[in-house]
Amino acid sequence: MARILTYRDALREALRQAMEEDPTVILMGEDIAGGKGAPGEQDAWGGDMGVTKGLWGQFGDARVIDTPISEASYIGAAVGAATCGLRPVAELMFVDFMGVCFDQLLNQAAKFRYMFGGKAKTPVVIRTQYGAGYRTAAQHSQTLYSMFAHVPGLKVVVPSTAYDAKGLLISAIRDDDPVIFFEHKVLYDEARDDVPEAPYAIPFGEANFVREGDDVTIVALGRMVHFAAKAADVLAKNGVSCELIDPRTISPLDEDSILESVEKTGRLVVVDESYPRCSMAADIAGLVVDKAFHALKAPIRQVTAPHTPVPFAPVLEDAFIPSPAKIEAAVRSVMKGA
Amino acid sequence: MSERITAITMPKWGMAMDEGTVVVWHVAEGASVAESQEVVDVESPKIANAIEAKRAGVLRRQVAPLGSVLPVGGLIGVIADADVTDPEIDAFVAGYEPPEAALSDSGPSIATVEANGRTIAYLDIGAGDPPIVMVHGFGGSLASFMFNQSSLAEDRRVIAIDLPGHGASSKDVGDGSALSLADAIAAAIDVIGLTRFHLVGHSLGGAVCLHLAELRPAQVASVTLIASAGLGPEIDGAFIDAFVAAERRKEMTDVATKLYADESIVTRRVVEDMLRMKRIDGASKAMATIATQQFPGGRQSAAAPTDSGVPLLVIWGEADRVIPVAHAALASGAQRHIVAGAGHMVHAEAHAEVSRAIAEFCNAHP
Repeated sequence: MARILTYRDALREALRQAMEEDPTVILMGEDIAGGKGAPGEQDAWGGDMGVTKGLWGQFGDARVIDTPISEASYIGAAVGAATCGLRPVAELMFVDFMGVCFDQLLNQAAKFRYMFGGKAKTPVVIRTQYGAGYRTAAQHSQTLYSMFAHVPGLKVVVPSTAYDAKGLLISAIRDDDPVIFFEHKVLYDEARDDVPEAPYAIPFGEANFVREGDDVTIVALGRMVHFAAKAADVLAKNGVSCELIDPRTISPLDEDSILESVEKTGRLVVVDESYPRCSMAADIAGLVVDKAFHALKAPIRQVTAPHTPVPFAPVLEDAFIPSPAKIEAAVRSVMKGA
Repeated sequence: MSERITAITMPKWGMAMDEGTVVVWHVAEGASVAESQEVVDVESPKIANAIEAKRAGVLRRQVAPLGSVLPVGGLIGVIADADVTDPEIDAFVAGYEPPEAALSDSGPSIATVEANGRTIAYLDIGAGDPPIVMVHGFGGSLASFMFNQSSLAEDRRVIAIDLPGHGASSKDVGDGSALSLADAIAAAIDVIGLTRFHLVGHSLGGAVCLHLAELRPAQVASVTLIASAGLGPEIDGAFIDAFVAAERRKEMTDVATKLYADESIVTRRVVEDMLRMKRIDGASKAMATIATQQFPGGRQSAAAPTDSGVPLLVIWGEADRVIPVAHAALASGAQRHIVAGAGHMVHAEAHAEVSRAIAEFCNAHP
């Protein structure tokens, strides 16, 4: 209690504890040790966002492997190592680079258990950063988790808090299936909360009720959970009671919690930083239309980014990202006439 | 003047609470209130509960309107006798300043000691000897006493401890017996440096306190047992089994509702806090070990010693669904305090009444 860590430090603690408890856990990625071989630069980086800093010093070359800038090779190597008994955690520096290693995940890792009649397991974790708001332009800012949630055989995790980041990463590493672990690049510093020091595991497919309410269900993911909480605070002061649900994992998805909440409130706003087409927002809206249509008192509203690449111009990038004000407006629109 | 005018202030329920929202006023301005009557409900993101009147009088001011958010220590309302004049009330409100301690950002934090090869976590607040040591129940943590510890600590030092297997303490529970847990707590108390203290134990913690009193009769000034284990054989075995098995919100919600007479207390936050503790590596195994040792087959396997000669107070909720209230009569020679309309978590559901009973008993046995 009251042990406040950042998202970054919580992730590092999860990696360290997982490596301490299980010698088969290894790390792979670009610059995850950083500057190795250059005098005076040993272990200086810890990856682009500093998550793995210090782990090469503790665990050494055999378990913290700086790879060439070739996602196709090291993501494939991580998947192969997983089938042969290791538990690799590979860092894909930006999810935007998934294109060069997607076959290894889509057609290999996701299929092994199924195609080998359950005789193979692939306990690999791909950690990757996503999201806009960091001034990193169209090729380093996308929110692409729904593309992985589309694929049977992959588990997809989208933590919003430091507490969830640690507990879900430990679960991901202990899981025998491939897990794609999405870290929002703005949250490394902005998300800081109470994180127990001891290792703990949060089960997949269990949503977190960030706040309880009666009028509107808001389902939000990743950084959007924090924006939705801000909107809900403002709305609460104006007499609108929001129930805020963070699914935490989108594959598997805790459908029951979402449906249970919508059956109570009758209204749904889904907040997703993705592009709108084929997004988690559309997926969750579809789920509710399919299974709780008769509970709905108002149309479902989706708050997403627009269907356009992430702009580099700061004012446009800011306008691109769903904001607390847009979420608040969406909630007000479904409350009209109530 | 201060005795004639009493402030109702934003409480600090748990370390994470730094502000709270006024959600329901139960008493109209100008209406009379009885001592311990519920006056106003407040909630923080983690918890909601009622504030009870510390004394009888008239609710002279609702200083904080519905929906207002106040920092801990902030003035919510004013209770005074009917003959206090309005200008006196106005002056009190205008001149009110929260106590320094309420404003400090740092606040108390959980400390740990190493004792007998275990890490034992505790929260130590307040000043004044002899201190009270609070020991929570099965599956709980020191936060179980969040409603009691801060009010008791207004007058004395109060230390709430995480039992082995629970909260932030080590998960090694030995053979899982109440005696082995008592040994672990005794060792921790020695390292903390307490020589004479009162004990307050809830449920499993009650049985642990009885063993502690037998181990250290000269050090224990009094024991307060709240819905205690170790007095009789009956216990809701289904509750114990379901708690040990629960890993997800739905399962834990069913378990948690049994703890309270008023099930509306069991918010998703309450359930999440219980799950957070169970998710810690080793916690479920520790609880299974305790359950197998102490509550096999839905019965309590062993009675805890009640004949150590230490003064005993027994507090029970009349609507307890986990351990029957009839067990309150089984501690011979004990003073008894039965709370109507409260369940197994009587110290949370009727926190003001229970805290007052504990304080009076401790004061009577210095």
